[in-house]
Amino acid sequence: MILAQEKLTELLQAYPPERQHTLAVFQDIQKECGYLPKEHIVAAADYLKVPLSQAYAMATFYHTFSLTPRGKHVIKVCDGTACHIKDSKGVLQSLERLLGVGLGGTDADGLFTIETVACLGCCALAPAMQIGEEYYGNLTDEIIAEVIADYRRREAGEVVA
Amino acid sequence: MSAKRTILVCCDTGCIASGSKAVVTALKEQLALAAAAGVAGAAATDATVEPLVKQTGCHGFCGYGPVVKVMPDDISYYRVKPKDAAAIIESLGGEPVERLLYRDDAGQRVTGREENPFYSSQKKLALRNVGELDPELLDDALSRGVYESLKKALTMTPEEIISQVERSGIRGRGGAGFPAGRKWRIAAGYNNNPKYVILNGDEGDPGAFMDRSMLEGDPHSVLEGVAICAVAVGATDAYLYIRDEYTTALRTMKQAILDAEAAGILGDSVLGSDKQLRVQVVRGGGAFVCGESSAMIASIEGAVGEPRAKYIRSTQEGLWGQPTVLNNVETFINIPLIIANGGDWYAQTGTDKSKGTKVFALVGKIKRSGLIEVPMGTTLREIIFDIGGGIPGNRRFKAIQTGGPSGGCLPDSLLDVPVDFDTLLEYGSMMGSGGMIVMDERTCMVETARYYVEFLARECCGKCVPCREGLRWLLDILTRICEGEGEFADLEILEGICETMTLASRCALGKTAANPVITTLRYFHDEYEEHITHKRCPAGVCRMGVAP
Repeated sequence: MILAQEKLTELLQAYPPERQHTLAVFQDIQKECGYLPKEHIVAAADYLKVPLSQAYAMATFYHTFSLTPRGKHVIKVCDGTACHIKDSKGVLQSLERLLGVGLGGTDADGLFTIETVACLGCCALAPAMQIGEEYYGNLTDEIIAEVIADYRRREAGEVVA
Repeated sequence: MSAKRTILVCCDTGCIASGSKAVVTALKEQLALAAAAGVAGAAATDATVEPLVKQTGCHGFCGYGPVVKVMPDDISYYRVKPKDAAAIIESLGGEPVERLLYRDDAGQRVTGREENPFYSSQKKLALRNVGELDPELLDDALSRGVYESLKKALTMTPEEIISQVERSGIRGRGGAGFPAGRKWRIAAGYNNNPKYVILNGDEGDPGAFMDRSMLEGDPHSVLEGVAICAVAVGATDAYLYIRDEYTTALRTMKQAILDAEAAGILGDSVLGSDKQLRVQVVRGGGAFVCGESSAMIASIEGAVGEPRAKYIRSTQEGLWGQPTVLNNVETFINIPLIIANGGDWYAQTGTDKSKGTKVFALVGKIKRSGLIEVPMGTTLREIIFDIGGGIPGNRRFKAIQTGGPSGGCLPDSLLDVPVDFDTLLEYGSMMGSGGMIVMDERTCMVETARYYVEFLARECCGKCVPCREGLRWLLDILTRICEGEGEFADLEILEGICETMTLASRCALGKTAANPVITTLRYFHDEYEEHITHKRCPAGVCRMGVAP
């Protein structure tokens, strides 16, 4: 999703045109678009008076950013140490089976993208995952299936409504 | 009794994931129903004020969440479901709801925290307010004395503040353990303004959530510590660098700054004095290396987070080339206590060279997991078995990993080692920021080393060769060993690479990146041998000999 010019201008002008705000501007763009569209990186670099090469370096150095569109819901499977030793790999496999797509991929409906994250910080509930701002802990195959089904139901509901 | 009764519901990330928001709603509904019926539980008669439901930060016992505590009765309930709300409201002032109490190791139900083995040997200094107040209410913080130390600090000279921090002996809680007082003194000694204070809240270690819980649970004490530091070193701007993944922490801190500014605590005049302090939040970009101070400074300046060689310290030339003090969340949250009670008081807790307490995230293969705070010098055995209750399922303890990816795995022969900065270093691990991951016989140590190396290889900024190439080759060899393709010669190569990385990497992260490999080679050599000679994984984790 590419932002309309006015929306983009508004987003950029929330910050003074200084290099130090590159990270924040990119984070805001990604929040709106789900990823960093090329056009917006160019526009942001121009506004912040940062060479495009440096802006691109920022966009590729920080793991937060994606240069390709992602699904409506990004599933972050925690692969922190606590989750890792409690079989976060199993969580990943379970999701891959359910969504028919591998790590980093987006499912056919454009609904979910599967990613891993170094740690969500709810280690006592390992293994865990995050979808949007919701956290899910003590995951089992059943719970994962239920969560995904729930999201799908809600999406279907929204379409009908 | 006229004390106001409060029901504190843990709404930290962990408990929210366990469903605590629904519990809050249910409790409020039940309270309204009871009020409508004219009785708010059996307690209505003795509590003159209607009980209040509060959303708080982390109560620590995350593995048994959602956690609910009734004060002032000090009754704690665990794994509370929305359907339990009616029973809790009804019980107020009377007998506690038996079935929601914690059952201790002897099978006895316990009401208070003091009787709960998870809490009884802890000592809460840094976490003094976390879980006890509503982090979104400035008044709650004020009622617990937050900002009193800042008031006191404003009556002291910078020299007096710094000498109290020095006397306390507090060392940086981010991992390296540099004495905070000395850092402040160096920065205070330079006269080129402006100066900056940076709070490191970029908790990137996998298996750690100490800083998150403090930012979410007691934001004003964190701000107070930052402000005292700014007053002491003469800084006018502070930056709070917090991970973007920590959405709640970011929201809480931003709100706390606004509230403190509106109340005249921060801003153009700190508590009515001639000091000013502007505080800004910077969202991290999810790069582990940005926890390193010079990389973090580069990141705040709007560049990629690559560390620089530290011929000149950031206390002299840091953010935008100006004197800068950078400390971790946990360091800052301890500062108000030191100012309030004096450095000597703080130094009474802990060991000879590591003063105070340390907060740990105790997780992994352990019965009672969560957020704990213990005096420095507590042994690993006390932490794992007394507080943590040991290993579930009658399995055998194998290792405890401390210090995050830069730390190491320690075996059972070192369980009686006191936990402090220097002792952990001596055995090849480190304090780090405080992650403690317990591993049992079903955890493969070679695979664990491979896991950390894979993480570090992904997070390595790539600037210096020993770290970048070293990690790549470590990963390559460890993966081969895990797949049953290892050779004995590999072990020697691993050791050589580790040594080179430790000696020749540019930043502290590179210098310590080999620690997971070094410690597992040292303490679990037999597991490596087993993988290589018999193509067998004793823990049953690595799948070997499976034809592609």
